[in-house]
Amino acid sequence: MIRILSPVLIGIAALAPLVLPTYFVSVATQILIFAVLAMAVDLLAGFTGRTPLCHGAIFGTSAYVTIYAASVVGWPIGLAMLTGILAATCLAMVFGLLAVRTSGVYFLLLTLALGLIVWGVCLRWTEITGGENGLRAQLREDLGLSTRQLYVAVLVTVLCATAAMWRLVRSPFGLTMRGIKEGEGRMASLGYDVTLHLLIAFTASGFFAGVAGALYAVFNDFASPSIVQLSSSVQGLLMAIVGGVGTLFGGFVGAFVIIAMEQTVSAFTERWPTVLGLTFILMMIFAPEGVVGKARLLLKR
Amino acid sequence: MTKLLTSRRSLLKSSAAAAGAIGMPSLVRAADAARPIRIGLLAPLTGVIAAGGKELVEGFQMYWEQVGMMAGTRKVEIVIEDDASNPDTALQKARRLVEQANVDFLFGNILANTGLAVANYVKNTGTPYFIPVIAADDLTQRTRIPNVIRVAGYTASQTAHPLGDWAYKQGYRHVATISQDYTFGHEQCGGFAQVFTEAGGKIVQQFWHPLNTSDFSSYLGQLVTAGADAIFAMETGADSTRFIQQYASFGLKGRIPLLGSMNATDQSVIRTMGADAEGIISCAHFAEGSTDPVTVKFVADYEKRYQKLPSIYGFSHYSGAMWVDEALGKIRGNVEDRALFLKTVLATELVGSPLGKTVKLDAYGNPVYDVMVRKVVKRPDGKLWNEPFETYPQVSQFWKYDPETYMKQPPYSRTFQGIKA
Repeated sequence: MIRILSPVLIGIAALAPLVLPTYFVSVATQILIFAVLAMAVDLLAGFTGRTPLCHGAIFGTSAYVTIYAASVVGWPIGLAMLTGILAATCLAMVFGLLAVRTSGVYFLLLTLALGLIVWGVCLRWTEITGGENGLRAQLREDLGLSTRQLYVAVLVTVLCATAAMWRLVRSPFGLTMRGIKEGEGRMASLGYDVTLHLLIAFTASGFFAGVAGALYAVFNDFASPSIVQLSSSVQGLLMAIVGGVGTLFGGFVGAFVIIAMEQTVSAFTERWPTVLGLTFILMMIFAPEGVVGKARLLLKR
Repeated sequence: MTKLLTSRRSLLKSSAAAAGAIGMPSLVRAADAARPIRIGLLAPLTGVIAAGGKELVEGFQMYWEQVGMMAGTRKVEIVIEDDASNPDTALQKARRLVEQANVDFLFGNILANTGLAVANYVKNTGTPYFIPVIAADDLTQRTRIPNVIRVAGYTASQTAHPLGDWAYKQGYRHVATISQDYTFGHEQCGGFAQVFTEAGGKIVQQFWHPLNTSDFSSYLGQLVTAGADAIFAMETGADSTRFIQQYASFGLKGRIPLLGSMNATDQSVIRTMGADAEGIISCAHFAEGSTDPVTVKFVADYEKRYQKLPSIYGFSHYSGAMWVDEALGKIRGNVEDRALFLKTVLATELVGSPLGKTVKLDAYGNPVYDVMVRKVVKRPDGKLWNEPFETYPQVSQFWKYDPETYMKQPPYSRTFQGIKA
């Protein structure tokens, strides 16, 4: 199924900027970036059974560091992005060290609290982060990329990241992750170091969230506390859930559904958050396994 | 569809260029008159400042309805987008307005971070962006963007400077300040502190509290013992309501005079309040209790239309719309020529607006106002409003400083308040 669909979808994605107006190209860019964030969340939530609420903070840290390194320190943009990704990875490792021994609701709450610390730092450390007003840059302009060129660059990066994540979850390591999700005690008794595996999974997930964050920095030219706050983490998680937890590619579907809905519904009513909320409730009642998960179930029948 | 529009756009551009070359502007007008002027209005209709966002839209629409949705000979279309009080959403919506809805210029936003995000975007597109409420000092100072103009707006520190001067002249020598801990607060507080201390006053203590503080008791206790002749409070929205109420209920009202930032006693705050707010002094370029006939008429019209007195959000967008309309009239609605449009707006002196006397913009795109010292009093019908009793004529964003020298000092922040020891 994947083998037939993916080349078609990639083809459509690659050709899309030729026909779409620039605004929709930038929406599509945003969808791709958030898809990576959603997949990073899914690495943890779907494959190790640990649902994190701090990925917005990791994602945002990468964006902040990228913008700071490029615009304040004056590093080349590529190096700034790598620094951003590195910062996000290190942060994820620290979070992982603190959180992986817990599970279930405790894991959720602990990661939530860790994420809030980042938010608090971004808000209060005004000299570095610009406080409430955030940091601004002209990265896209400096790179000299048009909206369409940026889209292509993001698409290539996102495809590489997706391939890497796909490879990761299909590898023996990925099977171990799934094993931990299904039966943590059994994996431990089989001699697997569960904590270490979880820590590596957490760090890898943070790395990919960092990739998304660095791309977002270039896309948005702007970072403020709103991208590290709780709602940003929730959004990443929501996209993973809507797409289908444990499906990986569901991230694309989730990001597409949520961003497309925001775009269309908000054009008709200022009550768009209500409409979105109701949709999620209905979704959780009738298709808790997400769009991709539901589709798989229906296909199997 | 877009393809069609683009080609029409470039056609317009080339015909404009051709007409300019042979000196026949009438040709352009004939071509443009067919298309309405599209204005993108960004307003926080959801999120923390949704109430203000609604008033912003009301004020803006009220003006255009009064002039029959026409600017000169061209119809005006307003496309409203909700920025959700969030800078990322604001940026996304600005993109949609510029790239998808093809608006000729942008207007609006309330929170500084949303305005800064949009300003950063229009820096590249060159779209004119008018900000009657975004008060971040540097947008018309150190990091000015030529196509971002603060029509009928104000910088955060602009109206705080004269209040510092006024406080010193009242004989206050020791003032404690309390302020919301974010850039808008740092800038307003800094404006007050710099002028007050340079005159010879002393800031005895400064308190910074997080946004959405529900309990001020710990601050109020310290304010009492700070040894201040007066207290300067920089507050907005619900924080302001709570602070003023608690200031009274802790018995400080009447004991230590309270000076407020202009937003602290704005209609959006005091219209739901009682005697607690009476007597607070603040400085602003607008006072709904003014006796100026134009202001009186505007306030009466607004009250009739929306059953409430205008707040700074509604008022500023009404006046901002008037300002841009005036400029559009001069260039016969030719918004397509952005350079000419921006130049004309900058050169437009607004006469007979509810802003009061003739208002003009300084060389940095920020208005110069007669700033009024106002006091919250009760109207005969029991409603509270701000009544002016003293005027500082021609106050620019730089107060009495030389702009170049002023901009060499760092922007106001929690650590830099311009305090002269």
